[in-house]
Amino acid sequence: MTASPKPWLLLLVSGAASALCYVLLFANEKEVMAAFTRTDGWYPALPVLTAFLFSLVHGACTGYFWEVLGVVPRPAGETTDVKLEE
Amino acid sequence: MSGESFIVLAPQSVAFLLIVGFIGGLVSGFIGSGGAFVLTPAMMSLGVPGVVAVASNLCHKFPKALVGAYKRHKYGQVDLKLGLWMALTATPGMWWGAGIQQDIRRLYGEAGSNLYVSLAFVIVLAIVGSFVLRDALRSYRRTYRNSALEQTSRLAQWVQSVEIPGTMVRFRVANIRVSVLFVLPLGFATGLLASSIAVGGFVGVPGMMYVLGASSLVASATELVIAFVMGLGGTLNFSLAGLVDIRLAMLILLGSLFGVQLGAIGTTFVKPFMIKVVMATVMLIVAVSRALVVPVYLAQLGVMALEQTSMRLLERASFALMVLALASGAFLIVAAMARGYRHA
Repeated sequence: MTASPKPWLLLLVSGAASALCYVLLFANEKEVMAAFTRTDGWYPALPVLTAFLFSLVHGACTGYFWEVLGVVPRPAGETTDVKLEE
Repeated sequence: MSGESFIVLAPQSVAFLLIVGFIGGLVSGFIGSGGAFVLTPAMMSLGVPGVVAVASNLCHKFPKALVGAYKRHKYGQVDLKLGLWMALTATPGMWWGAGIQQDIRRLYGEAGSNLYVSLAFVIVLAIVGSFVLRDALRSYRRTYRNSALEQTSRLAQWVQSVEIPGTMVRFRVANIRVSVLFVLPLGFATGLLASSIAVGGFVGVPGMMYVLGASSLVASATELVIAFVMGLGGTLNFSLAGLVDIRLAMLILLGSLFGVQLGAIGTTFVKPFMIKVVMATVMLIVAVSRALVVPVYLAQLGVMALEQTSMRLLERASFALMVLALASGAFLIVAAMARGYRHA
Protein backbone atom coordinates (compact mmCIF):
# COMPACT_ATOMS: atom_id res chain seq x y z
CA MET A 1 0.00 0.00 0.00
CA THR A 2 1.08 3.59 -0.56
CA ALA A 3 2.80 5.39 2.30
CA SER A 4 2.00 8.91 1.04
CA PRO A 5 0.39 11.34 3.53
CA LYS A 6 -3.35 11.00 3.91
CA PRO A 7 -5.50 13.83 2.50
CA TRP A 8 -7.28 14.71 5.74
CA LEU A 9 -7.60 18.41 4.91
CA LEU A 10 -9.02 17.74 1.45
CA LEU A 11 -11.50 15.30 2.99
CA LEU A 12 -12.60 17.89 5.54
CA VAL A 13 -13.03 20.65 2.93
CA SER A 14 -14.84 18.47 0.37
CA GLY A 15 -16.89 16.84 3.16
CA ALA A 16 -18.00 20.25 4.43
CA ALA A 17 -18.87 21.38 0.88
CA SER A 18 -20.83 18.16 0.28
CA ALA A 19 -22.69 18.53 3.60
CA LEU A 20 -23.50 22.15 2.70
CA CYS A 21 -25.00 21.04 -0.64
CA TYR A 22 -27.25 18.51 1.11
CA VAL A 23 -28.24 20.97 3.87
CA LEU A 24 -29.19 23.60 1.29
CA LEU A 25 -31.21 21.03 -0.69
CA PHE A 26 -33.21 19.72 2.27
CA ALA A 27 -33.53 22.98 4.24
CA ASN A 28 -35.27 24.49 1.20
CA GLU A 29 -37.07 21.30 0.20
CA LYS A 30 -40.39 22.93 -0.75
CA GLU A 31 -38.89 25.73 -2.83
CA VAL A 32 -36.47 23.32 -4.50
CA MET A 33 -39.19 20.84 -5.43
CA ALA A 34 -41.43 23.62 -6.75
CA ALA A 35 -38.66 25.01 -8.99
CA PHE A 36 -37.18 21.66 -10.06
CA THR A 37 -40.49 20.29 -11.31
CA ARG A 38 -41.32 23.31 -13.45
CA THR A 39 -41.37 22.51 -17.15
CA ASP A 40 -41.04 26.04 -18.57
CA GLY A 41 -37.93 27.94 -19.59
CA TRP A 42 -34.60 26.63 -18.34
CA TYR A 43 -36.09 25.03 -15.20
CA PRO A 44 -35.78 21.43 -16.58
CA ALA A 45 -32.00 21.94 -16.64
CA LEU A 46 -31.92 22.36 -12.84
CA PRO A 47 -31.96 18.63 -11.90
CA VAL A 48 -29.19 17.91 -14.41
CA LEU A 49 -26.99 20.80 -13.27
CA THR A 50 -27.57 19.87 -9.62
CA ALA A 51 -26.60 16.24 -10.31
CA PHE A 52 -23.36 17.43 -11.96
CA LEU A 53 -22.58 19.71 -9.00
CA PHE A 54 -23.21 16.97 -6.44
CA SER A 55 -21.16 14.45 -8.42
CA LEU A 56 -18.24 16.87 -8.44
CA VAL A 57 -18.38 17.85 -4.76
CA HIS A 58 -19.56 14.59 -3.20
CA GLY A 59 -17.49 12.55 -5.68
CA ALA A 60 -14.33 14.29 -4.46
CA CYS A 61 -15.37 13.76 -0.83
CA THR A 62 -15.99 10.01 -1.27
CA GLY A 63 -12.70 9.63 -3.15
CA TYR A 64 -10.74 11.22 -0.29
CA PHE A 65 -12.77 9.21 2.23
CA TRP A 66 -11.52 5.87 0.88
CA GLU A 67 -8.01 7.25 0.49
CA VAL A 68 -7.91 8.34 4.13
CA LEU A 69 -9.12 4.89 5.16
CA GLY A 70 -6.24 3.40 3.16
CA VAL A 71 -8.49 1.80 0.55
CA VAL A 72 -6.53 2.72 -2.56
CA PRO A 73 -6.14 0.98 -5.94
CA ARG A 74 -3.35 -1.46 -6.61
CA PRO A 75 -0.57 0.44 -8.41
CA ALA A 76 -0.72 0.28 -12.23
CA GLY A 77 1.20 -2.57 -13.79
CA GLU A 78 0.38 -5.02 -11.03
CA THR A 79 -3.05 -5.89 -12.44
CA THR A 80 -3.16 -8.81 -14.82
CA ASP A 81 -5.69 -8.09 -17.52
CA VAL A 82 -3.90 -9.88 -20.33
CA LYS A 83 -5.73 -11.35 -23.28
CA LEU A 84 -4.87 -14.59 -25.02
CA GLU A 85 -5.90 -15.57 -28.52
CA GLU A 86 -7.55 -18.98 -28.59
CA MET B 1 -46.84 16.48 -11.95
CA SER B 2 -47.56 18.81 -9.02
CA GLY B 3 -45.23 19.19 -6.06
CA GLU B 4 -47.85 17.53 -3.82
CA SER B 5 -47.45 14.27 -5.77
CA PHE B 6 -43.96 13.78 -4.36
CA ILE B 7 -43.63 11.80 -1.12
CA VAL B 8 -42.71 13.04 2.33
CA LEU B 9 -39.38 11.48 3.28
CA ALA B 10 -39.32 9.68 6.65
CA PRO B 11 -35.93 8.99 8.37
CA GLN B 12 -36.23 5.23 7.77
CA SER B 13 -36.89 5.85 4.06
CA VAL B 14 -33.77 8.02 3.91
CA ALA B 15 -31.67 5.31 5.61
CA PHE B 16 -33.10 2.66 3.26
CA LEU B 17 -32.22 4.72 0.16
CA LEU B 18 -28.70 5.38 1.44
CA ILE B 19 -28.02 1.68 2.01
CA VAL B 20 -29.52 0.49 -1.29
CA GLY B 21 -27.71 3.34 -3.05
CA PHE B 22 -24.37 2.27 -1.55
CA ILE B 23 -24.78 -1.38 -2.54
CA GLY B 24 -26.07 -0.46 -6.02
CA GLY B 25 -23.09 1.84 -6.48
CA LEU B 26 -20.66 -0.85 -5.36
CA VAL B 27 -22.01 -3.31 -7.92
CA SER B 28 -22.08 -0.63 -10.67
CA GLY B 29 -18.51 0.43 -10.00
CA PHE B 30 -17.41 -3.19 -10.31
CA ILE B 31 -19.46 -4.64 -13.20
CA GLY B 32 -20.48 -1.40 -14.94
CA SER B 33 -24.19 -1.61 -14.20
CA GLY B 34 -26.71 -2.88 -11.70
CA GLY B 35 -28.69 -1.42 -8.89
CA ALA B 36 -31.50 0.09 -10.94
CA PHE B 37 -33.52 -3.13 -10.87
CA VAL B 38 -33.69 -2.86 -7.08
CA LEU B 39 -33.72 0.92 -6.70
CA THR B 40 -36.77 1.56 -8.85
CA PRO B 41 -39.05 -0.99 -7.10
CA ALA B 42 -37.52 0.06 -3.76
CA MET B 43 -38.60 3.66 -4.34
CA MET B 44 -42.03 2.48 -5.45
CA SER B 45 -42.36 0.49 -2.23
CA LEU B 46 -41.92 3.81 -0.38
CA GLY B 47 -44.95 5.19 -2.24
CA VAL B 48 -43.12 6.93 -5.08
CA PRO B 49 -45.12 6.79 -8.36
CA GLY B 50 -43.47 4.44 -10.90
CA VAL B 51 -42.60 7.13 -13.44
CA VAL B 52 -41.03 9.38 -10.76
CA ALA B 53 -39.02 6.40 -9.48
CA VAL B 54 -37.67 5.72 -12.99
CA ALA B 55 -36.89 9.43 -13.54
CA SER B 56 -35.18 9.85 -10.15
CA ASN B 57 -33.18 6.66 -10.64
CA LEU B 58 -31.89 7.98 -13.98
CA CYS B 59 -30.99 11.29 -12.36
CA HIS B 60 -28.71 9.50 -9.87
CA LYS B 61 -27.41 7.07 -12.50
CA PHE B 62 -25.57 9.50 -14.76
CA PRO B 63 -23.55 11.33 -12.05
CA LYS B 64 -22.72 7.96 -10.49
CA ALA B 65 -21.60 6.61 -13.88
CA LEU B 66 -19.58 9.79 -14.43
CA VAL B 67 -17.67 9.36 -11.16
CA GLY B 68 -17.20 5.61 -11.78
CA ALA B 69 -16.01 6.16 -15.36
CA TYR B 70 -13.59 8.89 -14.26
CA LYS B 71 -12.17 6.65 -11.55
CA ARG B 72 -11.73 3.65 -13.83
CA HIS B 73 -10.33 5.87 -16.59
CA LYS B 74 -7.56 6.77 -14.13
CA TYR B 75 -6.82 3.04 -13.81
CA GLY B 76 -6.54 2.80 -17.61
CA GLN B 77 -9.64 0.60 -17.98
CA VAL B 78 -12.04 2.85 -19.96
CA ASP B 79 -12.13 2.85 -23.75
CA LEU B 80 -13.77 6.24 -24.21
CA LYS B 81 -13.97 5.91 -27.98
CA LEU B 82 -15.74 2.55 -27.76
CA GLY B 83 -18.12 3.90 -25.11
CA LEU B 84 -19.06 6.90 -27.24
CA TRP B 85 -19.60 4.79 -30.37
CA MET B 86 -21.86 2.47 -28.38
CA ALA B 87 -23.69 5.42 -26.81
CA LEU B 88 -24.34 6.86 -30.27
CA THR B 89 -26.97 4.19 -30.95
CA ALA B 90 -27.81 3.37 -27.32
CA THR B 91 -29.86 6.56 -27.00
CA PRO B 92 -32.05 5.87 -30.10
CA GLY B 93 -32.34 2.29 -28.82
CA MET B 94 -33.65 3.64 -25.54
CA TRP B 95 -36.20 5.85 -27.31
CA TRP B 96 -37.36 2.96 -29.48
CA GLY B 97 -37.69 0.73 -26.42
CA ALA B 98 -39.70 3.42 -24.63
CA GLY B 99 -42.01 3.59 -27.67
CA ILE B 100 -42.54 -0.20 -27.55
CA GLN B 101 -43.30 0.10 -23.84
CA GLN B 102 -45.90 2.80 -24.46
CA ASP B 103 -47.54 0.76 -27.26
CA ILE B 104 -47.76 -2.31 -25.03
CA ARG B 105 -49.20 -0.24 -22.17
CA ARG B 106 -51.81 1.26 -24.50
CA LEU B 107 -52.80 -2.13 -25.92
CA TYR B 108 -52.61 -4.37 -22.84
CA GLY B 109 -52.56 -1.97 -19.86
CA GLU B 110 -50.16 -1.86 -16.90
CA ALA B 111 -50.19 -5.64 -16.38
CA GLY B 112 -49.26 -6.21 -20.04
CA SER B 113 -46.40 -3.77 -19.73
CA ASN B 114 -45.17 -5.43 -16.53
CA LEU B 115 -45.40 -8.86 -18.17
CA TYR B 116 -43.31 -7.63 -21.12
CA VAL B 117 -40.65 -6.24 -18.77
CA SER B 118 -40.55 -9.42 -16.68
CA LEU B 119 -40.34 -11.69 -19.72
CA ALA B 120 -37.54 -9.52 -21.14
CA PHE B 121 -35.71 -9.89 -17.83
CA VAL B 122 -36.19 -13.67 -17.65
CA ILE B 123 -35.29 -14.48 -21.27
CA VAL B 124 -32.33 -12.12 -21.66
CA LEU B 125 -30.84 -12.68 -18.23
CA ALA B 126 -31.28 -16.47 -18.25
CA ILE B 127 -29.55 -16.80 -21.65
CA VAL B 128 -26.81 -14.20 -21.20
CA GLY B 129 -26.33 -14.96 -17.49
CA SER B 130 -25.82 -18.71 -18.14
CA PHE B 131 -23.34 -17.90 -20.89
CA VAL B 132 -21.40 -15.51 -18.65
CA LEU B 133 -21.40 -18.04 -15.79
CA ARG B 134 -20.08 -20.80 -18.06
CA ASP B 135 -17.33 -18.50 -19.27
CA ALA B 136 -16.56 -17.36 -15.71
CA LEU B 137 -16.06 -20.99 -14.64
CA ARG B 138 -13.79 -21.66 -17.61
CA SER B 139 -11.82 -18.49 -16.86
CA TYR B 140 -11.58 -19.56 -13.20
CA ARG B 141 -10.09 -22.93 -14.14
CA ARG B 142 -7.72 -21.29 -16.60
CA THR B 143 -6.66 -18.67 -14.05
CA TYR B 144 -5.55 -21.24 -11.50
CA ARG B 145 -4.04 -23.60 -14.07
CA ASN B 146 -2.03 -20.98 -15.87
CA SER B 147 -2.29 -17.27 -15.09
CA ALA B 148 -4.92 -14.53 -15.16
CA LEU B 149 -5.45 -14.77 -18.91
CA GLU B 150 -8.73 -14.03 -20.66
CA GLN B 151 -9.46 -15.74 -23.96
CA THR B 152 -11.07 -13.99 -26.91
CA SER B 153 -14.25 -15.81 -27.94
CA ARG B 154 -14.49 -17.42 -31.39
CA LEU B 155 -17.27 -14.99 -32.29
CA ALA B 156 -15.11 -12.00 -31.35
CA GLN B 157 -12.19 -13.42 -33.32
CA TRP B 158 -14.45 -13.67 -36.37
CA VAL B 159 -15.82 -10.13 -35.83
CA GLN B 160 -12.28 -8.78 -35.58
CA SER B 161 -11.33 -10.59 -38.78
CA VAL B 162 -14.13 -9.02 -40.85
CA GLU B 163 -12.73 -6.11 -42.88
CA ILE B 164 -15.39 -3.66 -44.12
CA PRO B 165 -13.59 -0.78 -45.83
CA GLY B 166 -14.37 2.66 -44.44
CA THR B 167 -15.91 1.31 -41.23
CA MET B 168 -12.88 -0.10 -39.40
CA VAL B 169 -11.99 1.60 -36.12
CA ARG B 170 -9.15 0.84 -33.71
CA PHE B 171 -10.09 0.97 -30.04
CA ARG B 172 -6.78 1.46 -28.30
CA VAL B 173 -7.63 0.66 -24.67
CA ALA B 174 -9.75 -2.37 -25.57
CA ASN B 175 -6.92 -3.35 -27.92
CA ILE B 176 -9.29 -4.33 -30.72
CA ARG B 177 -9.91 -3.23 -34.30
CA VAL B 178 -13.45 -3.85 -35.50
CA SER B 179 -16.01 -2.48 -37.91
CA VAL B 180 -18.40 0.01 -36.31
CA LEU B 181 -21.15 -1.88 -38.14
CA PHE B 182 -20.81 -4.42 -35.30
CA VAL B 183 -20.49 -1.80 -32.57
CA LEU B 184 -23.57 0.26 -33.46
CA PRO B 185 -26.20 -2.56 -33.26
CA LEU B 186 -24.68 -3.60 -29.94
CA GLY B 187 -25.14 -0.06 -28.62
CA PHE B 188 -28.71 -0.07 -29.91
CA ALA B 189 -29.45 -3.36 -28.09
CA THR B 190 -27.95 -1.92 -24.89
CA GLY B 191 -30.27 1.09 -25.08
CA LEU B 192 -33.26 -1.07 -25.95
CA LEU B 193 -32.67 -3.26 -22.91
CA ALA B 194 -32.01 -0.24 -20.69
CA SER B 195 -35.44 1.16 -21.53
CA SER B 196 -37.11 -2.19 -20.81
CA ILE B 197 -35.36 -3.45 -17.69
CA ALA B 198 -33.31 -0.38 -16.71
CA VAL B 199 -30.03 -2.31 -16.83
CA GLY B 200 -28.65 -2.07 -20.36
CA GLY B 201 -25.26 -3.20 -19.10
CA PHE B 202 -26.53 -6.77 -18.87
CA VAL B 203 -26.32 -6.81 -22.67
CA GLY B 204 -23.70 -4.09 -23.22
CA VAL B 205 -20.93 -5.65 -21.10
CA PRO B 206 -21.28 -9.26 -22.35
CA GLY B 207 -21.66 -7.85 -25.89
CA MET B 208 -18.38 -5.94 -25.67
CA MET B 209 -16.69 -9.04 -24.22
CA TYR B 210 -18.02 -11.82 -26.42
CA VAL B 211 -18.93 -10.03 -29.67
CA LEU B 212 -16.18 -7.42 -29.90
CA GLY B 213 -13.49 -9.14 -27.83
CA ALA B 214 -12.85 -6.53 -25.12
CA SER B 215 -11.61 -7.81 -21.76
CA SER B 216 -14.03 -7.95 -18.83
CA LEU B 217 -12.22 -5.09 -17.10
CA VAL B 218 -12.41 -2.80 -20.14
CA ALA B 219 -15.99 -3.81 -21.01
CA SER B 220 -17.34 -3.19 -17.50
CA ALA B 221 -15.50 0.15 -17.25
CA THR B 222 -16.59 1.29 -20.71
CA GLU B 223 -20.21 0.47 -19.87
CA LEU B 224 -20.08 3.34 -17.37
CA VAL B 225 -19.55 5.78 -20.26
CA ILE B 226 -22.64 4.41 -22.02
CA ALA B 227 -24.61 4.55 -18.76
CA PHE B 228 -23.59 8.19 -18.32
CA VAL B 229 -24.79 9.22 -21.80
CA MET B 230 -28.05 7.26 -21.54
CA GLY B 231 -28.71 8.47 -17.99
CA LEU B 232 -28.12 12.08 -18.96
CA GLY B 233 -30.42 11.86 -21.99
CA GLY B 234 -33.10 10.04 -19.97
CA THR B 235 -32.94 12.55 -17.11
CA LEU B 236 -33.37 15.49 -19.49
CA ASN B 237 -36.33 13.76 -21.07
CA PHE B 238 -38.09 13.21 -17.72
CA SER B 239 -37.04 16.61 -16.41
CA LEU B 240 -38.81 18.30 -19.32
CA ALA B 241 -41.99 16.70 -17.96
CA GLY B 242 -41.20 17.79 -14.36
CA LEU B 243 -40.95 14.21 -13.09
CA VAL B 244 -37.55 14.14 -11.35
CA ASP B 245 -37.61 14.07 -7.54
CA ILE B 246 -34.19 15.62 -6.95
CA ARG B 247 -34.29 14.75 -3.23
CA LEU B 248 -34.59 11.02 -3.94
CA ALA B 249 -31.94 11.16 -6.66
CA MET B 250 -29.41 12.99 -4.49
CA LEU B 251 -30.08 10.77 -1.47
CA ILE B 252 -29.35 7.66 -3.52
CA LEU B 253 -26.30 9.41 -4.95
CA LEU B 254 -25.06 10.12 -1.42
CA GLY B 255 -24.63 6.39 -0.73
CA SER B 256 -23.92 5.34 -4.28
CA LEU B 257 -20.82 7.53 -4.76
CA PHE B 258 -19.19 5.80 -1.77
CA GLY B 259 -20.09 2.46 -3.37
CA VAL B 260 -19.06 3.22 -6.94
CA GLN B 261 -15.59 4.35 -5.86
CA LEU B 262 -15.10 1.26 -3.72
CA GLY B 263 -16.27 -0.97 -6.59
CA ALA B 264 -13.89 0.76 -9.01
CA ILE B 265 -10.96 0.33 -6.60
CA GLY B 266 -12.00 -3.30 -6.20
CA THR B 267 -11.44 -4.03 -9.90
CA THR B 268 -7.70 -3.41 -9.44
CA PHE B 269 -7.44 -6.12 -6.80
CA VAL B 270 -9.37 -9.03 -8.25
CA LYS B 271 -8.74 -11.55 -11.00
CA PRO B 272 -10.70 -10.61 -14.16
CA PHE B 273 -12.97 -13.67 -13.94
CA MET B 274 -14.48 -12.23 -10.74
CA ILE B 275 -16.26 -9.55 -12.78
CA LYS B 276 -17.93 -12.35 -14.75
CA VAL B 277 -18.77 -14.31 -11.58
CA VAL B 278 -20.46 -11.29 -9.97
CA MET B 279 -22.31 -10.38 -13.16
CA ALA B 280 -23.58 -13.94 -13.74
CA THR B 281 -24.68 -14.32 -10.10
CA VAL B 282 -26.64 -11.07 -10.13
CA MET B 283 -28.18 -11.77 -13.55
CA LEU B 284 -29.33 -15.31 -12.74
CA ILE B 285 -30.87 -14.43 -9.35
CA VAL B 286 -32.69 -11.46 -10.94
CA ALA B 287 -33.95 -13.77 -13.71
CA VAL B 288 -35.49 -16.10 -11.10
CA SER B 289 -36.91 -13.10 -9.24
CA ARG B 290 -38.68 -11.80 -12.33
CA ALA B 291 -39.87 -15.30 -13.31
CA LEU B 292 -41.73 -15.46 -9.98
CA VAL B 293 -43.98 -12.52 -10.86
CA VAL B 294 -44.86 -13.70 -14.38
CA PRO B 295 -47.91 -15.68 -13.05
CA VAL B 296 -49.08 -12.51 -11.23
CA TYR B 297 -49.20 -10.49 -14.44
CA LEU B 298 -50.74 -13.40 -16.36
CA ALA B 299 -53.48 -13.51 -13.71
CA GLN B 300 -54.01 -9.74 -13.97
CA LEU B 301 -54.41 -10.16 -17.73
CA GLY B 302 -57.00 -12.89 -17.14
CA VAL B 303 -54.90 -15.64 -18.75
CA MET B 304 -54.82 -17.71 -15.54
CA ALA B 305 -56.41 -17.67 -12.09
CA LEU B 306 -54.45 -16.82 -8.95
CA GLU B 307 -55.57 -15.85 -5.46
CA GLN B 308 -54.76 -12.39 -4.08
CA THR B 309 -52.70 -13.84 -1.22
CA SER B 310 -50.62 -15.92 -3.64
CA MET B 311 -50.05 -12.86 -5.80
CA ARG B 312 -48.84 -10.83 -2.85
CA LEU B 313 -46.61 -13.67 -1.72
CA LEU B 314 -45.02 -14.00 -5.17
CA GLU B 315 -44.46 -10.24 -5.41
CA ARG B 316 -42.78 -10.15 -2.00
CA ALA B 317 -40.63 -13.18 -2.80
CA SER B 318 -39.63 -11.57 -6.09
CA PHE B 319 -38.57 -8.33 -4.40
CA ALA B 320 -36.67 -10.25 -1.70
CA LEU B 321 -34.78 -12.16 -4.40
CA MET B 322 -33.84 -8.91 -6.14
CA VAL B 323 -32.43 -7.56 -2.90
CA LEU B 324 -30.60 -10.89 -2.49
CA ALA B 325 -29.14 -10.51 -6.01
CA LEU B 326 -27.69 -7.12 -5.17
CA ALA B 327 -26.50 -8.23 -1.73
CA SER B 328 -24.85 -11.36 -3.20
CA GLY B 329 -23.06 -9.22 -5.78
CA ALA B 330 -21.84 -6.85 -3.06
CA PHE B 331 -20.71 -9.75 -0.84
CA LEU B 332 -18.74 -11.38 -3.68
CA ILE B 333 -17.06 -8.06 -4.50
CA VAL B 334 -16.06 -7.31 -0.92
CA ALA B 335 -14.83 -10.89 -0.36
CA ALA B 336 -12.80 -10.86 -3.59
CA MET B 337 -11.38 -7.44 -2.72
CA ALA B 338 -10.37 -8.56 0.74
CA ARG B 339 -8.65 -11.62 -0.76
CA GLY B 340 -6.88 -9.48 -3.37
CA TYR B 341 -5.89 -6.94 -0.74
CA ARG B 342 -4.26 -9.59 1.44
CA HIS B 343 -2.23 -10.91 -1.50
CA ALA B 344 -1.24 -7.42 -2.74
